[in-house]
Amino acid sequence: MAEIVSLAEAVEQAIHDGDAVAMEGFTHLIPFAAGHEVIRQRRRDLTLIRMTPDLIYDQLIGAGCARKLIFSWGGNPGVGSLHRFRDAVERAWPAALEIEEHSHAGMANRYVAGASGLPFAVLRGYNGTGLESLNGEHDSVPTIRPITCPFTGETLTAVAAIRPDVAVIHAQQADRSGNVQLWGIAGVQKEAVLAAQRSVVTVEEIADRLDPRPGAVVLPSWTVSYVAHVPGGAHPSYALGYSVRDNDYYLAWDAIARDRAAFTRWLDEHVYAVPAGQS
Amino acid sequence: MTGQASVNPAAASELTYTADEMMTVAAARALRDGMTCFVGIGLPSAAANLARATHAPGLVLIYESGTIGAKPAELPLSIGDGILAETADAVVSVPEIFNYWLQPGRIDVGFLGAAQIDKFGNINTTVIGGDYENPRVRLPGAGGAPEIAASCREVIVVVRQSRRAFVDHVDFVTSVGYGSGPGDRERLGLTGGGPKKIVTDLGVLEPDPATLEFTLTGLYPGVSVAAVKERTGWDLAVAADPEVIAGPSPAELDALRDLQTRTTDR
Repeated sequence: MAEIVSLAEAVEQAIHDGDAVAMEGFTHLIPFAAGHEVIRQRRRDLTLIRMTPDLIYDQLIGAGCARKLIFSWGGNPGVGSLHRFRDAVERAWPAALEIEEHSHAGMANRYVAGASGLPFAVLRGYNGTGLESLNGEHDSVPTIRPITCPFTGETLTAVAAIRPDVAVIHAQQADRSGNVQLWGIAGVQKEAVLAAQRSVVTVEEIADRLDPRPGAVVLPSWTVSYVAHVPGGAHPSYALGYSVRDNDYYLAWDAIARDRAAFTRWLDEHVYAVPAGQS
Repeated sequence: MTGQASVNPAAASELTYTADEMMTVAAARALRDGMTCFVGIGLPSAAANLARATHAPGLVLIYESGTIGAKPAELPLSIGDGILAETADAVVSVPEIFNYWLQPGRIDVGFLGAAQIDKFGNINTTVIGGDYENPRVRLPGAGGAPEIAASCREVIVVVRQSRRAFVDHVDFVTSVGYGSGPGDRERLGLTGGGPKKIVTDLGVLEPDPATLEFTLTGLYPGVSVAAVKERTGWDLAVAADPEVIAGPSPAELDALRDLQTRTTDR
């Protein structure tokens, strides 16, 4: 059963130094407030997993929380580069960052395998790409391998399951028992939570009862470890029905992240100086 | 609407437009009404939405965020903007959009951008310069592009033409075009048809039917073959009689500017 706790408590209980942490939310429902709390609690040596490590991971990487990044697209959507991510890869600031990269289809299938309790998933993908050929050479543990279909003999691609220590997501609602409901663009949040050992879900609202919505993803309380009430916890991304995407923030981030000093000031003012759940 | 009409010099002289606007219009014309189109963000998204606002109202826009049949009235900044989900025929999860919709070859056309592209339409969006471990420039990476390039019935690439972008060899193959030439897609088991057009801010390149090497087949009004060759990093082949592609019509230009105004106004 999920425990309903404060955001600070959820992060303290669920996320430890050295953990593999998947903060998911595909352009929608991105758990920014939880990410900021991880920075505030100064977690270190994390393996950060995320299909689209946009601003939230730019901030965590720049703050020195990450040792490794597993991802498929690292940009500021519609704007350009993630400068903190680039600074870490290109110049090892504030620390060197190991990377393991995939395509979106590969990452999505890796989560599906993790949620399914399988060691790998199968797809048609990667053939002829550099991702396929550097795999195993560059990565300590290969995560892309050819596999022969036992029925047709066709050569397909196997990708290794992702099994995070912790999944962190933001949702619209939970009820008082910790059942969670989210809707709109649902990304890979269900798969990430079911693939992980533990999970933290921040929510816009804790309701007495969940009204079922067509097409919504429901995570029963017993699949979730911690629920924290954090209204606006997805800002500057959005929560359909509660808030809209703050596109100006994404545009303004470019200049902040370009400059180490500007970024450090931003961290001090907008994360370290702010109480949990309010950044 | 593939630009067969010759330029009407009188009409063209009345309209002033930028090279980017011409590129977006030319890319939009490559989409036919009723097609299903898997759209990347940025230049491809502007062109796909322009096509829907003009000659292809029945174009089905599919974004990798899982929105199928999105009908945005403004250009989304990201592939996950709320307007895409709110106007879609269906919203599916990310595993589903790739596994059930893209992988089986249901999508007519994939619309991609590129940081580097070579003469066989192979695309790099991963790293430039140095080596993989220590790149000079770390780009965003693959996203949905490798499987879009592999599985769509055809692919159209929209990219501004420069020597930096149009290179003899891409530094990293993120998404496969024709590999190193004829037979490679079949050998690799790629089920889609591969890139059929590269639309740039100078003209249009299409693969030579025999060699699959991208060849200049169309020029925008006022652009010379020499200018295109100057901004291409390989010895660009040129069709015997490259067509002059009509400039944007007033209706196309109005629709594009209207879309962009509504985007910047919010």
